[in-house]
Amino acid sequence: MKKPNDVIIRSVSKVAVVIILTFAINLFISGHHNPGGGFIGGLAFSSALILLFLSFDIETVRKNIPLDFKILAAVGVLISVSTGGGSMLFDVPFLTQAYGYFNLPIFGKTELATAVIFDIGVALAVIGTSITIILTIGDDR
Amino acid sequence: MNVINQIELAAVFLILVGTIASFLSAIGFIRLPDLYTRAHALSKGSTMGVLFILVGTFFFFFIDGYFSIRLFLGILFVFLTAPVSAHVIVRAAYRSNVPLAKESVRDDLKEVLQEEVYNHK
Repeated sequence: MKKPNDVIIRSVSKVAVVIILTFAINLFISGHHNPGGGFIGGLAFSSALILLFLSFDIETVRKNIPLDFKILAAVGVLISVSTGGGSMLFDVPFLTQAYGYFNLPIFGKTELATAVIFDIGVALAVIGTSITIILTIGDDR
Repeated sequence: MNVINQIELAAVFLILVGTIASFLSAIGFIRLPDLYTRAHALSKGSTMGVLFILVGTFFFFFIDGYFSIRLFLGILFVFLTAPVSAHVIVRAAYRSNVPLAKESVRDDLKEVLQEEVYNHK
């Protein structure tokens, strides 16, 4: 077995993954007023993980991210459904969203909406599904 | 001519330079003989073209007071990753024995790779 000789791609992907993850979170946050949102944010996030899987091997990344992505997808669907169902507790129809302005310590006046929680669910479902697809195709077991 | 127009002119000039660089790299892709020289023309030329276009766009929106962090991040990201992708493509091509152009005179990597194979057997 030859020793892998890929210093360049490994060290560059370490830097690139940080940038992609930052951009994924930026896409996710800006989804309410600008292009972006849960789906594209989740896809960008999972593309960063796939870059890690490509430049390092699957076992190393799995050991460092001990997360079952099938469970992650299930948790995402659960979050989305429960935000939809949570609106029924307040006597409004299913999937009604609410928003309000709050004074947070660092951010100042921020708009917080329950649609963000729905979007978190969508993003987790997308990350879980895409990584599960890639891992089940790529794994030998 | 006021200052804002001059910045706008500089932005347009940068975009023009970027377009010309991209066009030259496309010509290099058609004209050059083998994969390695084509990768040389494409990676450098198109990276420079995209960088100049992005910097020009950045300045163009910067006049209106809009600091586009996405464009800034994109400039950084293209500058970081495009040469590496060219490196990986050329490396994969060399390892799968894509021939060099007829005009090439020496191949230093070949001896190194053969030595590596010899040492591991």
